[in-house]
Amino acid sequence: MARYFENTTTFNFSWDQVACGYWKRYPNPQSTHVLSEDTWSRQVRDGCLYTKRLLTKTNRVPKWGERFFNAKSVKIIEESVVDPKEKVLVTYTRNLGYTKVMSVVERVEYRSLGPGQTIARRSAWIDSQVFGFSRPIRAFGVDRFKKNCTQMVNGFNYVLHSMFPRQSPQHNVTPMGHTLKEMREAAAAATDRAKANVLSSVNRT
Amino acid sequence: MNSIGEECTDLKKRYDDCFNSWFSERFLKGDHDDSVCAGIFKVYQECVKNAMKQQNIDFKEIDKDVLGTDNEYKAPPSDSS
Repeated sequence: MARYFENTTTFNFSWDQVACGYWKRYPNPQSTHVLSEDTWSRQVRDGCLYTKRLLTKTNRVPKWGERFFNAKSVKIIEESVVDPKEKVLVTYTRNLGYTKVMSVVERVEYRSLGPGQTIARRSAWIDSQVFGFSRPIRAFGVDRFKKNCTQMVNGFNYVLHSMFPRQSPQHNVTPMGHTLKEMREAAAAATDRAKANVLSSVNRT
Repeated sequence: MNSIGEECTDLKKRYDDCFNSWFSERFLKGDHDDSVCAGIFKVYQECVKNAMKQQNIDFKEIDKDVLGTDNEYKAPPSDSS
């Protein structure tokens, strides 16, 4: 049985921005493990864009795993569909080769949450068929995957911020229960910060 | 980002630039004619396919479609997790 894992992430960017940024995700400071990225096929069908890409990534395994998985890099196939009308981007990735040792399948659905927000729903299936070792390998796979998720999101956000710099989500979320005074102070501080930002950007140009 | 074949990276960058502007300025705005990058894509693809052949990459496994087929994994019902 494959181990299943899911999570959701909200990006403070419109769906169009996320869709444009998706193709420019690499390189970013968090993606040093991504070695190459190529488009294998691409076509528009029924108003949707179908893409298949091939990525290579370094293969980081612990010492005990090297006897099963000693490849320096792994190849990953990424299929995707962009539906611009419904504003849905679905990506589906799987590793090429070594699937008996460990197979990692990831599906991510990016949907518009509103004007400046996009939600990404991520599902992952991690499996291994190495006799007697499938359990630790799966556990390792899930653990590595979870760590990579955070990196993936941080890296993607980094790229989005550099592509669409004006939209920095600096608005502090005020938890309920704050006093009016605290909120007023926070608002005044935010105004000051905004003024300072405007000034510094004026000074820069 | 690099291509899998070092010699293809320049072509890849040219194609990616073409694609990215087509995607944001045309495709997302409802223009589905993708012929504008077709020329550079063809040259880039030939380069990548040669590079992949040299690295003994299994084309058949890449050509296999999973997304949108019966082979696509489905999330288990949320109440059972």
